[in-house]
Amino acid sequence: MSRATEFVFRRRGGRGWHWTDLFTWFWLVAGFVLMFGPAIWLVNSSFKTPAALAEFPPTILPYVTAEVTVEGYDKPLQLFEVTLEDGSVRVFAEVRRVGTVAQMVDPANPAEIIRVNIKDRTPVRTVSFATENYVQPFLAFDMFRYLSNSVFVTVMATIITLITNSMAAFALSKYNFRGRATVMVLIVATLMIPLSVILVPLYSVIAGMGLFNSLWGVILPTVATPTGVFMLRQYMLTIPDELIDAARMDKASEWQIYWRIILPLTAPALAVLAIFSVVWRWNDFLWPLIVLSRRELYTLQVALNTYAGETNVQWHFLLAMTVITMIPVVLVFVFLQRFITTGIAGAGLK
Amino acid sequence: MLVAPVGWLARLFDPPLRALQRVGGYGGMAVFFLAPNMLVFGIFVLFPLVLNLVYSTTGGAALFLGDRSFVGLAQYERLFDCSNYLDPKSCAEDLFWTAVWNTAGFVVVQVVLMVVVALVTALVLNRELKARSFWRAVFFFPVLLSPVVVGLIWKWILQRQGLLNLGLYELGLTQVNWLIERGWAFTAAVGVSIWAHVGFYALILLAGLQAIPKDLYEAAEMDGTRPARMFWRITLPLLMPNLIVVLVLVLIRSVQIFDEVYVLTGGGPGTATLYLTQYIYEIGFASHLRNPGLASAASILMGGVLVVLTLLQLGIGRRNEARGKK
Repeated sequence: MSRATEFVFRRRGGRGWHWTDLFTWFWLVAGFVLMFGPAIWLVNSSFKTPAALAEFPPTILPYVTAEVTVEGYDKPLQLFEVTLEDGSVRVFAEVRRVGTVAQMVDPANPAEIIRVNIKDRTPVRTVSFATENYVQPFLAFDMFRYLSNSVFVTVMATIITLITNSMAAFALSKYNFRGRATVMVLIVATLMIPLSVILVPLYSVIAGMGLFNSLWGVILPTVATPTGVFMLRQYMLTIPDELIDAARMDKASEWQIYWRIILPLTAPALAVLAIFSVVWRWNDFLWPLIVLSRRELYTLQVALNTYAGETNVQWHFLLAMTVITMIPVVLVFVFLQRFITTGIAGAGLK
Repeated sequence: MLVAPVGWLARLFDPPLRALQRVGGYGGMAVFFLAPNMLVFGIFVLFPLVLNLVYSTTGGAALFLGDRSFVGLAQYERLFDCSNYLDPKSCAEDLFWTAVWNTAGFVVVQVVLMVVVALVTALVLNRELKARSFWRAVFFFPVLLSPVVVGLIWKWILQRQGLLNLGLYELGLTQVNWLIERGWAFTAAVGVSIWAHVGFYALILLAGLQAIPKDLYEAAEMDGTRPARMFWRITLPLLMPNLIVVLVLVLIRSVQIFDEVYVLTGGGPGTATLYLTQYIYEIGFASHLRNPGLASAASILMGGVLVVLTLLQLGIGRRNEARGKK
């Protein structure tokens, strides 16, 4: 035994355990449970029926009480396992319950009513995933509309962000002109002006342009991201000027230099900005909440907030809709997380 | 496949832009490349910024400036009309001061806890770990989630029959109405915002830790320095620049806290978790007491605080740089 524990706890380098080793493992395991647990619980709950969601204590797996249609009864009846007086166990369907006595029938022989004390029966439950939670929002609510609104805003905003930011970054990194320093200061300065500081006047600008209740009103104010310009400029500064000079000698126009030389060479930085932009725009909440007041224009985030704010929250639908909203971001996390973390660690930006 | 139509489209622009270049020269092209971004920037950031000052001196519920009356500094006077600033009930605009003090309390508690948790996480991740990038990703996961999703995930866990109350029930403890009791709602707001963002700050601190030269520790070990002393004398001083950047970033973000708390508690119970951004949003847009001028004035005050905090960060950054050069 002591040999076994020695084997399990032995460490590289022959040193003993320090309290910091134990703490490290505690922190990592607790972090793992705490960071993923809530999201996993959400996904798990989203497959339960309203009845299972209302249950306390909740079960881990989504159970439903089995039902059966019995001749002579309109509604399907719930199945119970009943322990009879002689100790044998049978499966009966419940017709009605009066106090502590349940009136039950044998599904095979529906004519005869059997009276059973409710202590002697347990519901027959089977694991079943309530996929209708996912299907219903598309059929009964405008889930498809919200989804396509969110996709439209995210894709359009990202494309325009990439174009305008890369053009500005090109001008700021490869041209010498008067006022360049001023423009840079202006761009960096706006990093400190969050949306919440200009909420009211920005709204009046959007309304004045006739973009209230329009998806373009959500998209346009977000595309001139200072972070994006800054990030792309830093990257373009590393591209040697000789390339541009050579192209100019070959009579390439400035526009050609931009899209045939600069853009391809900036591809890695553009990819990182694209990932950032997709996550930002998909997750935007406050601004769409203000600009969009018609239900058919809602993005997913605004729609979720609206359904969560109703007096009778239909949690089974809301949970499923939340999971759907999470999917693109989880995909980014699984496949592209590396680019984001190195991007942040390198530049400290968000 | 994706590149082909883009190239085709770009080629279409070439002749007119060549003509533009002939007229405007290289300098003109620089302006052309800057124009789209700066136009958007001017219309949707700089112009509203100036407009905000004008709005804050007008009254009424009308949206467009032409329909609003000039009231001078009346909106600011209303915000500061208080017999005792510490007691929101004595103020003309009691919700504003409730939000101010709520935000102040939130900022103090959240910033301290966030920095400590981020630092501990970064220190743990900086140890010799197998699969470090995996563990780093674990803590980063919630950072990507939208604030609305974060709010709903936790609303589901903290509700009366939620997972947390199940835990208490299994342990034989009394259940708690997490989002209905004032103190617990505040705790939930702080906890959830830390959960959602700590991975981001841990990442910045981890980058700082990995930049500390390893030979410093080796030299200290040769001298027989104890690990605790190494932490206080090597790690902490060399991490200080990153730590201050994180501190100011957390400060700036927590002053503007809105989305996830709004979804989680809606500012409630009562006004227990009503913070400044929500106040601005509700006075400006949502409430029946709509008063855009007042919202503008409040947002300018908040903007002032943020500018001071950012300048503080830039100042510290410059001082660090200067020290590094020496």
